[in-house]
Parts: sequence; C-alpha cells; structure tokens
Amino acid sequence: MGKNVIVIPAYNEETTVAQVVRDACRAADRVVVVDDGSRDHTSVRAREAGALVVRHAVNRGLGGALGTGIAAALKLGADAVVTMDADGQHRAADAARIFERLAKGDIDFVIGSRMIRGDGGGKMPAHRVLFNAIGNVLTYLLFGVWVSDSQSGLRGLSRKAVETIDLRTNGMEVSSEFIKEIKERSWRLAEIPIPAIYTEYSLSKGQSLFVGVKTAAKLIIRRFIG
Amino acid sequence: MPFSAIQLVLVCFGLFALSRVFLRFRRGGLPLVHLALWVLFWCGVIFAALEPSATSTFARMLGVGRGADVVIYLALVTLFYLLFRTFGKVEDLERQITRVVRAAALKEMDEGPSPTSDRPKG
Repeated sequence: MGKNVIVIPAYNEETTVAQVVRDACRAADRVVVVDDGSRDHTSVRAREAGALVVRHAVNRGLGGALGTGIAAALKLGADAVVTMDADGQHRAADAARIFERLAKGDIDFVIGSRMIRGDGGGKMPAHRVLFNAIGNVLTYLLFGVWVSDSQSGLRGLSRKAVETIDLRTNGMEVSSEFIKEIKERSWRLAEIPIPAIYTEYSLSKGQSLFVGVKTAAKLIIRRFIG
Repeated sequence: MPFSAIQLVLVCFGLFALSRVFLRFRRGGLPLVHLALWVLFWCGVIFAALEPSATSTFARMLGVGRGADVVIYLALVTLFYLLFRTFGKVEDLERQITRVVRAAALKEMDEGPSPTSDRPKG
C-alpha cells in the first residue's frame, strides 16, 4: 500500500488543531500541519498531537500554506495527499474514504463535496449554500469545469497530481485554482459526498461575505491579466 | 505673457519630479529606458503647462475637442496603466515572498525544528 499523507493548513487554530491531528493520524501514515505564521501555539499543539509541523515565518494565506504542505508531502514520498481544514469541519473518516478512492488508481483528483447527497450528509446553512453556488458558477465561467463544491477544503490528490500541481495563488482563491489545474492538466476527477459539519467555531473562522467578494474579484482579475 | 498660478505650480512640480527621476537614476535604481520615458513624460507636462495652446493642436490631431480634455484622457490612461503594472508587480512580489517562506519552512523540516521555532510570532 502507498504512503498516505494528510496536509492541514493552520493559522491560529490552537484550540482545534490537536484533536484534528489526532483524528487524522488514524487515517494516514503521516500528518503534515503547515503553521502559516500563527501568533498562538498552533505549532506546539500540532506537534504534541503527532503531526510533522512545517512553519511559515510569516502568514502567506491558505494557498501559500497548501502549496508548502503539498511540497512537504512530496518530500516525504507521498503516494496520495488529502488536504483538510484545521477547524474541525472535516472528518478523518472522509479523508480515509478519499485515500481508498485514490488507491484504485483511476483518479487523479477527488473533491469531498458537501453538495452531493450521500451517507450522513449534513445540512449547510442557507447563506453558505448560496455562497457556494456563486463560487461554483464563477469557477465554471472562469475555468470551464463544473464541480458541485468548488470551495471544499477536503480534497485528494494522486501522486501524479502532487508531482505536477503548480499553485500560484496565496489566498482563498486557491480553491478555484485547484479546479483550474484539473482542467489544464487533464486530471481525472471524482467527487464523493461528505457531510457539512458546521460548528459555531468553524462558522466564525470561515469565509465572510467580504472575503468572498475579495476572493471573487481576485479570481476574475487573475483570469484576465494575472 | 504672464504666468498663471497653476502654470507655475505645474512647472515647479515637473522640475521637482525630474530632479527625483535623475536622482534615482544616479543611485542606480532606474534603468536607462525608464529614465528616458520619465524625462519625456515630465518634459511634456512642463511644456504643456507653459504652452497650453500646443495641447489644442494635439487635441485637434487626435479628434478631441479641447486641449485640456486630451490631457485628462492621457493622464487617466497613464494612471490606469501604472496601476495595472503596480498590481502585477505586487502579485509577483507576493509569489516571490511565498517561495522564500516556503523554502525556509521546508529547510527547517529537513533539519528539524530549531529551539525557538515553536515560539508564537509577533
């Protein structure tokens, strides 16, 4: 069996990261936490919980952290990589299902979609459904790939995808950049249903309307002149 | 013909800007091509301030009604172009910073954490 690595970007997540890492350790051979210049004890908590911590000296944003995490996974010799959020909104069991799907070898990229009905599919708050739909439409118009959950943080990459991916964006717009890579590199895509877990904590940390608008603006500008 | 106040202000500012351009060039912070373009630009500004009727001739050539209008249009186009270039430069810088930060983080991963690396930032 290949080596499975979970990558968790984290910025000021000291209250949740330890539990997320402990759960993730059960689903993967290695867990890499990218501490994106946190001002709290995210690194310590993650390392105590069993993660390999890679630390950014200054905050670079979600895209920058994911790029570093994927590079670290490649150095560790990963055969498959799953990215998940540090705020507890993803289940390690779903990461394990993504690894299983990738192990079949016929898929390069897996999206854990909160929008497909499946086992244990939870409900998303209405405004999140709307934001997500806007994100999907925008991603489709800009990059020409339709996916049911373009903004999902739970994704799986095959060894081939890990080796060839070239993330250039630093911020939240990286979610759509993954989709762009699917199209440009002709990766074979699968979506598997995952439950939408929303805690008060994860809602407070998620994308606000302002961040959403900023992300959308950056995507559009980059598409045409970036 | 006596100078109006606005002409004086524009000429003074043009000369000030030119002096800054030369200063930067002398310090080696400006390539020769940029020096030439900026000198051309600011000399144009000074010329237009001293000889406003010349802009009218230029405006007629371009098919715009008034000399003042053509100056505004050109200024807007220049500003937008510079804004676009600045945007691109900032993006490049952001990417480069990320590359540097990433390289340092991966190096630390190879060597193991330093005694101070768990200390919170700031």
